[in-house]
Amino acid sequence: MSDIALVARSAEQKKRARNVGISMIVLGAIVAVFFTRGPGDAGFILSPDFTLIIPSQQFAQVLAVAFVGSGAFQLYRGWGKTASVLLAVGTALFVVSFLAWAAAGGSFNFTGMLQDTVARSVPITLGAIAGLLCERSGIINIAIEGQLLAAAFTGSVVGSILNPWMGIVGAMLTGMALGALLAVFAIKYQVDQVIVGFAINFLALGLTSFVGQRVLTANPQYNFLRPFIPVAIPVLSDIPVLGPVLFIQNPFVYASYFIVAASTWWLFHTRWGLRTRAIGEYPKAAGSLGIDVIRLRYRNLIIGGAVAGIGGAWWPVGAVGRFDENITGGRGFIALAAVIFGRWHPVGAFSAALVFTLAEAIRLKLSNLNTGIPSEFLLSAPYIVTLIVVAGFVGQSRAPKSVGQPYSEQ
Amino acid sequence: MARLFNALGSRLDRVNSALLTVLAIISALIVGAFVIVLSDVEALRTGNFGRSFSEVANAYKALITGSVGSLRAVSDTINNSTPFIITGVSVAVAFRTGLFNIGATGQMIAGGVAATWVGFVMDGPGFVQIPLAILAGVVGGAAYGAIPGVLKARTGAHEVITTIMLNYIAAFMVLWLLNTELFQRPDRTDPISKFVSSASRLPKIFGFMEGRKDLTAHSGIVLALLVVVLFWWFLERSKLGFEFRAFGMNADAAEYAGMRAKRLTILGMVVAGGIAGLAGAVEILGRYGYATQSFAGTIGFDAIAIALLGRSTPVGTLLAALLFGALQSGGRRMQATTDVPIDLIVVLRALIVMFIAAPLLVKAIWRVKSAKVSTGQTFKGWGS
Repeated sequence: MSDIALVARSAEQKKRARNVGISMIVLGAIVAVFFTRGPGDAGFILSPDFTLIIPSQQFAQVLAVAFVGSGAFQLYRGWGKTASVLLAVGTALFVVSFLAWAAAGGSFNFTGMLQDTVARSVPITLGAIAGLLCERSGIINIAIEGQLLAAAFTGSVVGSILNPWMGIVGAMLTGMALGALLAVFAIKYQVDQVIVGFAINFLALGLTSFVGQRVLTANPQYNFLRPFIPVAIPVLSDIPVLGPVLFIQNPFVYASYFIVAASTWWLFHTRWGLRTRAIGEYPKAAGSLGIDVIRLRYRNLIIGGAVAGIGGAWWPVGAVGRFDENITGGRGFIALAAVIFGRWHPVGAFSAALVFTLAEAIRLKLSNLNTGIPSEFLLSAPYIVTLIVVAGFVGQSRAPKSVGQPYSEQ
Repeated sequence: MARLFNALGSRLDRVNSALLTVLAIISALIVGAFVIVLSDVEALRTGNFGRSFSEVANAYKALITGSVGSLRAVSDTINNSTPFIITGVSVAVAFRTGLFNIGATGQMIAGGVAATWVGFVMDGPGFVQIPLAILAGVVGGAAYGAIPGVLKARTGAHEVITTIMLNYIAAFMVLWLLNTELFQRPDRTDPISKFVSSASRLPKIFGFMEGRKDLTAHSGIVLALLVVVLFWWFLERSKLGFEFRAFGMNADAAEYAGMRAKRLTILGMVVAGGIAGLAGAVEILGRYGYATQSFAGTIGFDAIAIALLGRSTPVGTLLAALLFGALQSGGRRMQATTDVPIDLIVVLRALIVMFIAAPLLVKAIWRVKSAKVSTGQTFKGWGS
């Protein structure tokens, strides 16, 4: 049995290694065909007094050769473990080359683009962490979108009536309430978790639009607040490029760093986290060892709801200062994809969110840079990237085993 | 009351599930009434709730008169229900195959665009135009549905994620297409397509009534009913339908019995996509006559609730779609004649689905006792 497994895995690995090599050559071909066409220098503005000049054509030529070379080496000899690092670096350079091609003959604020990337990642990251806290405990959370949307609504209303901080508290309570609702239906009534998740999404959309139309339209004073502004962290924000990107942000971003770190530590270094992972994998065994599976699931779903609540509050309190109908626009579903692409790990979820928001930030920059690419293609780019990334990486990740299965104590 | 329901309910399991459905709808309407009352800021301030109670009564009355209260209302309900029935069947077929098709919106767009193209490029008589345009719609939807099917079969990427992404991509692609010279109406600058030829339009049902231009119901409903019958035949009488069901019920057992999982996954999505594509074609050829960026609306999403409500059976899906269509036209009237926004419909749908999905809860609320209730699992893990 184990021999067979071993052989099967190595065949699988060979296939994967071949795919990596082919991807490199394909990326190289794209660079050679498209990005070598933009003669001229591209200016990447890194700080007000420093602009990196990249000669786009030459850069693309060198990169294309490097891609094809390393792809060929991968196919004939194999890079071994360095292959995935090479592919990651290569992908980053691919993006740089694309930007250089798009900005050839002009310049753009590269640091500002990355800053925007990090700022926009907040709701997706927090939504994904909410999702993975649930899934690690064995409950699938399709309702992230609804949690974000309802939390954004309360965040705006409470934030406008009281103050932004209370708005965040209100948003957290809303997220927790929906988490509890999901828990009651999924755990107590053993409803199919996808169905109840979807129903919660509909409910949140319907309720927020309904009350928004009926109450907020006539009373705009309940839907107007002053959003947080970026706060520079002393010393750290002076680091070139990375400083402004990571440490001149609004408090939501710092909160999301903290939540990423705390949930990682909690999930992998505490007893509670160990138990959470156990009930997500094999609740019967965990239950027979004396862990109160149901109680733990309730608790984790409600905590997850609170995290999603902070993510939802980002719209009114951290960005736009108001609530609009369906303001989340499907970010909760992107968060769902980020759970999977991030391999059910908080840091992975954060990185996945950054991939999506980077594509979005690039899209926003490119619409200023007249490239001739139709804007609709740019608009769909983040979704295409997510699609490719999920299709390309999902095979390597493994979901908690009991996700979606109802559990009952006998 | 409860005892009466019990006496009714304990006879047959089928009666029981119908009873639970009715109770779920009633429960949803009651909660909906609370939502209307509690969102009345004026009443909350003054403590005068009498006004908001009469508002509830007026709103629900408008729901009924607006959906079945007149010939015009019935005509609107037919038009609203048609795409709900077809996309509902699309999602239901996928559910029965163990697949969760959230992508009906994208597939509808793909099918509708293909049908539009045939409709304005060709200029033949109706008996050529209509079948060809519909075929184009089905093929377009099936092709778009094949993408998540192939992705799942080859890479294991879950269709919940891929279909959602493909919905967004379809929405942007149609926007792009509608701005191209091929599709855009020559005298317009906004994204709107040329008209399909008048021979391509589905005939109106009430066309024989002179001077009733407001009766817009089109014969797409006939196609929709045909789809329901075919769905029944497919599930109950065809070999492939049997394979779909077997695979949907227990994929491992089906594979053990020699069915090919990858083939069924792809075929399931292709069939679901083709049906959703038909819905897109019917909307274009029947209702609009041209494509806009938002012609598919949220129908593909609502279809999920419809299939869930109808428990993915042919008759159940049909009835659920008729209910949703009626709520839609009733909701329009409600919004026009009262202060209650149409978004209440979305709330009601969500509540109905929740109550339907949780029979144990409905039983607890209404104190109905009954035999076992099965809650099937649609989710089979993330497939990795």
